Amino acid sequence: MTLDLTHWMLLSALMFSVGLMGLLTRKNAVALLLSVEVMANAVNLNLVAIGQHRGDETGQVMALFGIALTVAEVVVGLAIIILIHRLNKTIELDEISELSG
Amino acid sequence: MIGFTILGLILFVGSVQVVRCKDLVHGVLWLAMTLMTTAATFAYLDAGFVAGIQVLLYTGGIVILMLFAVMLTKRLDGASIRIDSDGWLRAGVVGFLFFAGLTAVILNSPMPAKGQIGEESLEKVGTLFLTRHLAAFEFLSILLLAAMIGAIVIARKKDA
Repeated sequence: MTLDLTHWMLLSALMFSVGLMGLLTRKNAVALLLSVEVMANAVNLNLVAIGQHRGDETGQVMALFGIALTVAEVVVGLAIIILIHRLNKTIELDEISELSG
Repeated sequence: MIGFTILGLILFVGSVQVVRCKDLVHGVLWLAMTLMTTAATFAYLDAGFVAGIQVLLYTGGIVILMLFAVMLTKRLDGASIRIDSDGWLRAGVVGFLFFAGLTAVILNSPMPAKGQIGEESLEKVGTLFLTRHLAAFEFLSILLLAAMIGAIVIARKKDA
């Protein structure tokens, strides 16, 4: 059996599904962000694998865009988590049930 | 095939550990390992520049940021930071169905024609950034600036 694009796509799909399971089970806001990182990472892996398979540099370009977007998302997400922690003294998601301060 | 198997196993185990481990700091460190292995995978795929950016931005930036957030939101009294999760059965069913659906789609769709990455791959990446994707590139810098200012505004103390 030779290595082809299908293997990379299946690996990426597996990582994305594992991240999705984490997203559904975690109760801690930072742990939730960790799961989202796993999913974003799987997407970047898929982009690079497809681009390299086709011999097209657009895959790498899209992966770089994806990395930069994830960085922006994490920065804002962590700032929101710190703000929530300051207001509610917890980042356990089940205990944050009020919308209005 | 051997390289793929080794990298894939490490990536899978790392992802599972990020999702299920009970100690938040351990989770962040597992994530760092997974991201470094992804960088190695990019290098294995002849995308050396993306691998370098992955190490710089993800493992250098995000993981440190995550550790800061963990330290800021929990008291450090020497004990490990326990996090729990539940609903494993439901999440497992959803995750498995999602993976099965993706697998069906992947196995049933035609694969793109195989090509070869040339020697001057990095030059082409730079050229694509500054020609075809120039607008997205410029908007990305505005987005990063907005995210930076936004994070400062959200997280600063009101009386500071």
